[in-house]
Amino acid sequence: MTGSRTRRILSYVGIAAVAVYCLAPFYWMTISAFRRPQDQFDNSIVPIRWSLENFTAVFRGDNGFGRALLNSLVVAGLTTVLTLIIGIFTAYALARLRFRFKNALLGLIIATTMFPGISQLVPLLKLFTDIGWINTYQAMIVPSLGFALPLSIWLLNAFFRQLPFELEQAAMVDGCTRGQAFRKIIVPLAAPGVFTTAILTFIAAWNEFLIALSMVNEKDMQTATVAISKFTGVSGFDQPFGTQMAAGVIVTVPLIVVVLIFQRRIVAGLTAGGVK
Amino acid sequence: MTTTHDERSAAANAAAAAPRARRTRKGGDARSQRRLAALLLSPTLLVLALVIGYPVLAGFRESLFARGEGLDENGFVVEGTRFVGLDNYTAIFSGDGADAFWNAFGNTSFFTFTTVILETVIGVGMALIMHQAFRGRAFVRASILVPWAIPTAISGLLWRWIFQADGAANAVLRQQILWTADGFPAKLAVITAEVWKTSPFIGLLVLAGLQMIPRDVYEAARVDGATAFQQFRSITLPLVKPALLVAVLFRMLDVLRMFDLPAVLIGVNQDSVETLTMIAWFEASNLRYGSAAAYATILFVYIALIAYLFVKLLGADIIGEAREQTKRAERTKHADRRRKTKAVAS
Repeated sequence: MTGSRTRRILSYVGIAAVAVYCLAPFYWMTISAFRRPQDQFDNSIVPIRWSLENFTAVFRGDNGFGRALLNSLVVAGLTTVLTLIIGIFTAYALARLRFRFKNALLGLIIATTMFPGISQLVPLLKLFTDIGWINTYQAMIVPSLGFALPLSIWLLNAFFRQLPFELEQAAMVDGCTRGQAFRKIIVPLAAPGVFTTAILTFIAAWNEFLIALSMVNEKDMQTATVAISKFTGVSGFDQPFGTQMAAGVIVTVPLIVVVLIFQRRIVAGLTAGGVK
Repeated sequence: MTTTHDERSAAANAAAAAPRARRTRKGGDARSQRRLAALLLSPTLLVLALVIGYPVLAGFRESLFARGEGLDENGFVVEGTRFVGLDNYTAIFSGDGADAFWNAFGNTSFFTFTTVILETVIGVGMALIMHQAFRGRAFVRASILVPWAIPTAISGLLWRWIFQADGAANAVLRQQILWTADGFPAKLAVITAEVWKTSPFIGLLVLAGLQMIPRDVYEAARVDGATAFQQFRSITLPLVKPALLVAVLFRMLDVLRMFDLPAVLIGVNQDSVETLTMIAWFEASNLRYGSAAAYATILFVYIALIAYLFVKLLGADIIGEAREQTKRAERTKHADRRRKTKAVAS
């Protein structure tokens, strides 16, 4: 009896340790964002004086942060939509149709995820310079597709495999065309998996840094992650940590809210994919 | 049930039609499936060929070229590049470049080795804790997603802030360490940040694996008198191993190309944390494309080699489950039976 009690206590201690491990740095970022700039280096666990000064500083004109957020939204959003459109076709074919070299193809698609981004960078940088794509959205979206597609095909494939395709066959026997059967039977059933894939793809695209940093040298076209890393302080020498933490909170909190709302789906997606 | 319906109508069709007509219909179906598959797969293959296939090949070609040197001094934008063979590679492996390269190579390998081991140990520990949890499992699973959701570049900034000279890390440790200056502390800072961000992810995957293990296996072991450690070693670990191996492989491939975190946390062109991706990026941003492409190609080969060894030596089977399912799907027609076998197998 005492054994089970100590086990219970130990389990709570463990749970608390895991939660502190995961949340403490994030808590610190949030708290630092709400400090007054003059208390920035004060290491108290709760701010002496709460203030929104850092948040107003984020949107100061010369940071162009509003524009950067919009850029991130456009790039990550379009990447997600395009990835899903292309990925759904491929994953459907992989999960449903019978053809040769299927596993080899799946292996090839997965293998492309291991290619380092840097080996894409130089040729694409040259190519995009030649065709005048530097400082455009497509210069960030097209390379992102290459990273996002294998991941989402892998996820969608895992989800699609669980679908009852016999239903689709039944619908076709009853006179639906393949397209109709797909649209009326499979799409509604596949929606949760597609939605999960959409969230994971969006987060991956939103977090992208290397390509966004390299393909753009105009401030107006920077994505949020790049813009934050380039914030300059008042004197131009010291790093404006308070402002950066506030911007970090702005970029992260919507993501975390979405992640927490769709927690179960995301965990299902991560464990189905196990990729990123 | 739908299958039987399907089969019945197929049988009716077969009975009605002449055997030869039936064969052509079947053959036509297989062909139309193949054609549809080709149609559905082509956009993906096109994109991957354009964005991944072409750059890898073009990058290799690029690494054999260098910009004309004499022309630079005239102040003209150099039009032509010239073929230099393996000069870019020999420059990397010899002379001044060699030190920088081996340093970056060493850092990349060191980071991969240390972070993946730490992540695996901490991740498995987290999964075991969560699996044992009586209450609060949902809460912990939610909090575990937080480090994962924070963009790497932002977490780089966050840890840069924590590792400031008068920041939180030094306050907690009661030390005066210059973490973000060059040197060994900088390495530690990068490792800490990386492990913080990614070990919850491994924890999540291992937890999913743990939840698949039926409880009666443990009960049987307990009846046979196995200790907790023996149970972990002979039941938990072997059954979780496939999921864990794939997770570790993908983590390794990810760390090998690490860029965001050290670049933001410490900075580019710092000896202590320079990775192969960073050195290649630095070359590219200074318009030395040939040299950058050579670094990228070396990194590519290194990653491919590690992945190959990992799969060969440890037998991580990435598409294994998919392959199993295909086989099984061909063997058994009944959907519910298929689902049952899959649940048992995984």
